[in-house]
Amino acid sequence: MTRTRIPVLPRGVRLHFDKVRGKNVLLAPERALFLDDIGHAILSEVDGQRSVAQIARHLAAVYNAPEDAIAGDITEFIDDLADKRVIGFTDA
Amino acid sequence: MRDAVQIPPPIALLAELTHRCPLACPYCSNPVDLTARQTELDTATWLDVFRQAVEMGVLQVHISGGEPASRRDLVDLVKGAREAGLYVNLITSGVGLTDARLAALDAAGVDHIQLSVQGVTAQMADWIGGYKGGFKRKMAVADKIAETGIPLTLNAVMHRHNLGDLPATIDLAKRLGARRLEVACVQFQGWALKNRGALQPTREQVDMAKKVVAQARADNRGTLVIDFVPPDYYSDFPKACMGGWGSTGLNVTPDGRVLPCHAAETIPSLSFQSVTEVPLADIWYKGAAFAAYRGTDWMAEECQTCDRRDVDFGGCRCQAMAVVGDAAATDPVCRKSPHRHLVDATLKAEAQGAERGTEQRPGDKDFTYRSFPEQV
Repeated sequence: MTRTRIPVLPRGVRLHFDKVRGKNVLLAPERALFLDDIGHAILSEVDGQRSVAQIARHLAAVYNAPEDAIAGDITEFIDDLADKRVIGFTDA
Repeated sequence: MRDAVQIPPPIALLAELTHRCPLACPYCSNPVDLTARQTELDTATWLDVFRQAVEMGVLQVHISGGEPASRRDLVDLVKGAREAGLYVNLITSGVGLTDARLAALDAAGVDHIQLSVQGVTAQMADWIGGYKGGFKRKMAVADKIAETGIPLTLNAVMHRHNLGDLPATIDLAKRLGARRLEVACVQFQGWALKNRGALQPTREQVDMAKKVVAQARADNRGTLVIDFVPPDYYSDFPKACMGGWGSTGLNVTPDGRVLPCHAAETIPSLSFQSVTEVPLADIWYKGAAFAAYRGTDWMAEECQTCDRRDVDFGGCRCQAMAVVGDAAATDPVCRKSPHRHLVDATLKAEAQGAERGTEQRPGDKDFTYRSFPEQV
């Protein structure tokens, strides 16, 4: 289901580079989620234009990795953030 | 200086701009000795605090009060905090937030609004808030917030008189389009401690609330996030207060004192430095009040050796102070605390009062409402 949907960072959720800690962080209502490189790479592609599958295809090419495995990881990551309401979908 | 390297930078700053507020909630988290308007920090000082906070690594500022809209410079402060690089969360009662002010806050870049609710009906909310017409005004503001698109969290403070309205509170959050709902059962510090006998819920209410929350979380997955702060006197283990003293957040009072938590002034052995005299980073890394209960060295034996030592950090220091009279004691809520009997005795005594008082009784004189001293 999620793979065909188009994720978007809703208002009040933004990526931020924390200069003091040298880490990427996702700032959201009452939350600051520190991101690893993979999480940051995924969220950097979330633009409200491309579906999860399209983002997976792009990252698979960039990292020279199997697309299906990448799509699974991204789906899991995005579903978790959607449950926390820090990511939305354009059709919701 | 070895310690300074090991202490992590703070993540969040609670900026209590003012203690002024149109509401008079009997569980207000402000101290019993409220700070008068004439001693509040000026705009420039607050903006400097925000810049210092960012340099230290603070990511989010929670702009609160009192009612922050009581400050005429609220929009400038929000704008300045955003420009400094902070994520800005406005914590408000909504009362006193005009449409024009809300539009200006929107333009200034407020990231998120947390709106408090005292009840789901005017009768309940205005009784608790001690302000007639407050509920109606708040609902109008909530609709305006939805129009702007600023993300909304509803903060519902719950206690004996409104915990039964939890399903209706969840419905209200959905109707207002809130992304998050905080079901915050009253924690007994300050004003709430004065009113504990009138506010303490019953065990039956707490058990029911837990079931309602669990069901609502399942039913609203992906649409409404529900945070539940249980009434901790009924818990087996204490809350992990502040995620550990002096580890993640700090609080600046209206007149500039810097506290490890909003209730820390109830601990008489501590003294607090002010942003008007000492750089914020020095207070965080070197201040005695922050060092007092940081880490685990201060802990009682039962905490030192406990497998939950790094889970709940010995619980709440202010609660230990309030109930045991010793801020370094294990939080008396904990089943392993030698002082747990004090909490149980309190619950037993207050449950008797609760049997007479679970019904909603607007107009009652049971509360000591929050108020400034006469001479202010």
